[in-house]
Amino acid sequence: MSNRATFDNELLNLQQDILRMASLVEQNIFDALEALFNRDPQIAKKVITGDDAIDRLRYEIEDKCIKLVATQQPMARDLRVIFTGIKILTNLERMGDHAVDIARAAMCVCGGVPEKALKKIPRMARLTQDMVRDGLDAYVNGDVEKARTLCAKDDEVDEIFNLVFQALVEYMQENPTTIPCVVYLLFVARYLERIADRATNIGEDVIYLVTGEMQELN
Amino acid sequence: MDNNKIVVDSLNLYYKDFQALNNISIDIKANQITALIGPSGCGKTTFLRVLNRMNDLIDGVKVEGKVLLDGEDIYGPEVDVVQLRKKVGQVFQHPNPFPMSVYDNIAYGPRIHGIKDKRKLDEIVENSLCRAALWEEVRDRLFQSALGLSGGQQQRLCIARALAVDPEVILMDEPTSALDPVSTLKIEELLRELKSFYTIIIVTHNMQQAARVSDVTAFFLTGNLIEYGDTEVLFTKPCDRRTEDYITGRFG
Repeated sequence: MSNRATFDNELLNLQQDILRMASLVEQNIFDALEALFNRDPQIAKKVITGDDAIDRLRYEIEDKCIKLVATQQPMARDLRVIFTGIKILTNLERMGDHAVDIARAAMCVCGGVPEKALKKIPRMARLTQDMVRDGLDAYVNGDVEKARTLCAKDDEVDEIFNLVFQALVEYMQENPTTIPCVVYLLFVARYLERIADRATNIGEDVIYLVTGEMQELN
Repeated sequence: MDNNKIVVDSLNLYYKDFQALNNISIDIKANQITALIGPSGCGKTTFLRVLNRMNDLIDGVKVEGKVLLDGEDIYGPEVDVVQLRKKVGQVFQHPNPFPMSVYDNIAYGPRIHGIKDKRKLDEIVENSLCRAALWEEVRDRLFQSALGLSGGQQQRLCIARALAVDPEVILMDEPTSALDPVSTLKIEELLRELKSFYTIIIVTHNMQQAARVSDVTAFFLTGNLIEYGDTEVLFTKPCDRRTEDYITGRFG
């Protein structure tokens, strides 16, 4: 029996709180993409209002972290658990914001976008969602190897982003009347690319948590 | 060129049959603050007392191995223990001013070492009190009893008293454990200033204090030196599981 049972319990709760917030963020990213692919403004609105709960949760958990630092004088791994907790919260919160960005963009592209222009986005979306999932798995399991794989996946997302960018620009050049709609798809691609970056940040956070080394993955 | 002030090599210490320190080897750098941490009974205070031979006063103590101060073995046959303790001063857990005036407390050591000149003594008293960050608070009451000072002032007086004989190394055994937080922080600030003149070794049970003030930290457990290294590393990513358990409060 550890003589820090209460503190250990609070650290465990912290991890669970973070996962609770992560699942809301994952769901919102998923829904935002649904709104885009199905041109469904109702789901888009749900994503936008749902972000408030994510923001509230972020502050609530962050406040717990601050109280743990103030009252428990964490050292070594304990300190890293709390510090990475705060960083992961920030990354998740920003991902949540990007889900809202995608939902807003989805509402703007509703109606007029030809399938051809949408073609590459789903693969990018799938990869990005995988990265978010992998980052959180790595966090839960303290899996440094998995955290490192995010780097390669992020490169892949960046590559697809460049292709999507080119394809969309060419499409808009050929079909200038579609620009007011298609330009929002460019934004979506950009937001996905940012979400992938945030997932990579979580990978870096996990590496720091486990090894104490700060390193840039990408 | 290494900067070692103290080199301890393969030190064993026994209290009669009980071995209190096992094969300790450690290099202590000049002008650094070294913190010794570990649970009660781990040997850290015993180790501290090795460094100015305070353990000599205890019956049945046997010391093996080498303890070099500036390359000279302090357990060598020609060593004058009084001279050694002049070089290696000590401040204790509880402030212990002599029952005499502030001035006489500070002048006590220099007088024992033969300084009689009034002007010289005045200078030593003022300098020591200044270095111990106490001068401004006591300059108007130098000839009043030191026992009238607050606990934090008394401890700084004891530091000034240790400084008055011009030591090279200062050993501190939990110097702030009997003090309030403000006095504690004053002494910690003081340590940072003093380290440019002295080599300081401090025993503390306060992890945050060790982390705040020291440059290097040594973790002792059951008479063994478990881990020794940069404080910054030891408190953020210690190498040994036992160090991690101790500093995060999970030990035992």
